[in-house]
Amino acid sequence: MSTPITHQDPILLEMRSITKEFPGVKALSDVSLRVKVGEIHAICGENGAGKSTLMKVLSGVYPYGSYDGDIVYQAEVQQFRDIRASEQAGIVIIHQELALIPELSITENIFLGNEPVRRGIIDWAEARKRSIELLARVGLRENPDTPIKEIGVGKQQLVEIAKALNKSVKLLILDEPTAALNESDSQHLLDLILGLKGRGITSIMISHKLNEIEQIADEITIIRDGKSIETLNVKEDGVDEDRIIKGMVGRTLESRFPDHTPTIGEVFFEVKDWNVGHPQIQDRLVCKNSNFHVRRGEIVGFAGLMGAGRTELARSVFGHSYGRFISGQVYKDGKPITMRSVRQAIDAGLGYVTEDRKSLGLNLLDDIKTTTVSANLKKISRGMVVDTNKEFMVAEQYRKSLRTKTPSVEEGVSKLSGGNQQKVVLAKWMFTDPDLLILDEPTRGIDVGAKYEIYGIIQDLANQGKGVIVISSELPELLGLSDRIYTIFEGSITGVLNKDEASQESLMKLMTSSRKAA
Amino acid sequence: MNALKKLFGGNTRQFGMIFALVALVIFFQIFTSGRTLTPGNVINLFNGNSYILILAIGMVLVIIAGHIDLSVGSVAAFVGISVALAIRDWHLPWYAAVLFGLLLGALIGAWQGFWTAYVGIPAFIVTLAGMLLFRGFNQFVGKSNTVPVPEDFQFLGSGYLPEVGPKTGFNNLTVLLGLIAVAFVIISEIRARRTAQALGAEVPETWVMITKLVLINAAILYATYLFATGRTGTSFPIPGLILAVLVLIYGFISAKTVIGRHIYAVGGNRHAAELSGVQSKKVNFMVMMNMSILAGLAGMIFVGRSTASGPFDGVGWELDAIAAVFIGGAAVTGGVGTVIGSIVGGLVMAVLNNGLQLLGVGADLTQIIKGLVLLAAVAFDVYNKTQGKKSIIGMMMKNFGRSSENAPDETTSTKEVISKEA
Repeated sequence: MSTPITHQDPILLEMRSITKEFPGVKALSDVSLRVKVGEIHAICGENGAGKSTLMKVLSGVYPYGSYDGDIVYQAEVQQFRDIRASEQAGIVIIHQELALIPELSITENIFLGNEPVRRGIIDWAEARKRSIELLARVGLRENPDTPIKEIGVGKQQLVEIAKALNKSVKLLILDEPTAALNESDSQHLLDLILGLKGRGITSIMISHKLNEIEQIADEITIIRDGKSIETLNVKEDGVDEDRIIKGMVGRTLESRFPDHTPTIGEVFFEVKDWNVGHPQIQDRLVCKNSNFHVRRGEIVGFAGLMGAGRTELARSVFGHSYGRFISGQVYKDGKPITMRSVRQAIDAGLGYVTEDRKSLGLNLLDDIKTTTVSANLKKISRGMVVDTNKEFMVAEQYRKSLRTKTPSVEEGVSKLSGGNQQKVVLAKWMFTDPDLLILDEPTRGIDVGAKYEIYGIIQDLANQGKGVIVISSELPELLGLSDRIYTIFEGSITGVLNKDEASQESLMKLMTSSRKAA
Repeated sequence: MNALKKLFGGNTRQFGMIFALVALVIFFQIFTSGRTLTPGNVINLFNGNSYILILAIGMVLVIIAGHIDLSVGSVAAFVGISVALAIRDWHLPWYAAVLFGLLLGALIGAWQGFWTAYVGIPAFIVTLAGMLLFRGFNQFVGKSNTVPVPEDFQFLGSGYLPEVGPKTGFNNLTVLLGLIAVAFVIISEIRARRTAQALGAEVPETWVMITKLVLINAAILYATYLFATGRTGTSFPIPGLILAVLVLIYGFISAKTVIGRHIYAVGGNRHAAELSGVQSKKVNFMVMMNMSILAGLAGMIFVGRSTASGPFDGVGWELDAIAAVFIGGAAVTGGVGTVIGSIVGGLVMAVLNNGLQLLGVGADLTQIIKGLVLLAAVAFDVYNKTQGKKSIIGMMMKNFGRSSENAPDETTSTKEVISKEA
């Protein structure tokens, strides 16, 4: 311990063997975390490893009693009932999605829920005075009366920190603080966190950007599959990005994929110089000059961390269904094609299975047969009239061929398990007979057995000579399934690896930095 | 109970409301000592409510698509006065006047559809504005006067099937209509059963089908008897006939056509629908436009019935229509509802109104009871939604052994929550 601040225990926070279960799933199992006073402690792990769940346990979102294990903070066992209780103890969490109200001013946001009151009336003069001080501390030069919606995300992030400082924060938790920021805003924020450390504020930072972690963190705890794997000291252990990646992905690979020998044909689908703007934020690009192609019979993987722009790329290609289209050209079978609506994309032979099955992929009020035919009603209609007999037959045929487990195709899709719901969604798109099927997180929330079956379906589609794009956060899945993998980082395609040259390490490297692959 | 479930097969939702309606009718029949089910009262019931039921047909589509229309009363009144004036001043024959009214309705609907679908203003606001707008137009073009309509136009709202053929003691056309309905029900049931068998789907046992057919046809024949034996000059009313035709057409559209599917899809999950290639704007436009056309028709029928158009026609109709739709099992959040359910919901309200009147209950108490019935129905709906998306009808069916209907898949949802959080 180089700089003991006081003579008391230098450990600020210790989370002892935290276990958190949801019905049917163990999200955290026996996780431990020790954070020293005045350090910046990073938590790393893949999507779904349990980082955010752990922070929710700490901040009282999941109250005392809903988890097993102890939270020892300032040498006392804490029993936070809600976020308010943890904030009173000086633990403030800043979520990935900022919790600011766009219509209110900076001052109003900083003091929201914590307004300085004199005789029952809010003392705005006092609030304004204090917010000017706070803004100076975070290095934000803005009029405190400016509405939040008029300042950029980077500055909003600083307002969040000012708000935390106002709550006399001792332990600041930042969940992906730089995910939405550009390079210079990110650097400013990192400097600020270092500055806060100088003033004795301890931080926990969750981030996917390993270069940032390497730059500012003192210690790193790695979480994998709901378990804490190791804690590394950045200086003493000489940690670099490769070392972190090894910890994050170091699981054993089982044979989780059906055998498959691909028969790959010529390039039939190509996207060139694809640029797409963010739907709301003016100057932000979600896809920057992206180029990719797909061959017949090929399964192409898209790797990237959450928020890297994988879904945005796929959806913007699929009939401009996301963002503001700026420039780019799609070629199919060598001919340029334009798809300005989803209908045109479907007619052009594309299909897109959404990442978020429940909110974007399914109408949960529908039954299986209506869902199966919903993207290609024309095929079973005479004029405007739907032939319900054909509908039944089609649904029945897919139920059998995909082995969907259901008593009948009249059953509501909401009653199916995740894996069977996904089979219904796949059936829906297979019925449109696409040449290129884009699958966004096709196995999310699906158990291992059903995953195996879904992989088999995907391989069958490729065997029929269709192109398949698979977007996934699970690297082992991409490695096991794809013939070729593109990596995306911050809206740009940073590399492409063939099956034989790709590994979790090489992919993770390309996914976490803008360095172009050789 | 299992037998009952079998009897009504997949259509348990509708059965729940029909059950409530039948119970209500029996209740009033007993407590009004038989004055409910008399030819005069039943004919009166239909005549006095057909325009609300027509509005309910349009309204259920609007609500399925996830919107609401508050302007239907005003639109009906505006179309009514315009048609009355067109007949008086331009001497349009009745059929041309009807066409003119439908066209005007379509125009108004296009206006409201434009703001709702293409500009993206919530239908609540657009039609609230429309409610003021078209009420104002009604009083502006009519100069707040009452404008009478000629007798041939009144036929639309107060006419009956004419007497033809030999004297049988019944109204022959009504009897014919009843027999056609019976034949239609039997044939379509048998055909549906045959195709289901051919496809290898499960079909209920023969006795179930026969019991079902007997019950339905008994109801039809009894209604036919009531309508055909009314006081001389009355029979099955023309508004009822229009209503029946519309129910058939819209029931078919909502269940069996592409546009019908799209309406449910947009209301159920707009994003999912759009990502499946549904043009949600077009769907919303058509739904709003259709509502105003039907509002125009309802307005004309009302004018025909009351022999004149006035400045306060159609006040409060929107609320009756909306109430009918929600009692009929539609979900406040869209995506759920049926045409026939809304008709039954409207009939529940109508029978309640009528029965309470026959019992001599005052207008004050009648309103209180109706208000409570509506609240209870929607409260069940909202409660069930928090319990995992079940409509009020599903709730009523709990007693009939369908309690597990549409239970959410707990494991999956949590798994997904976790993967999202991390």
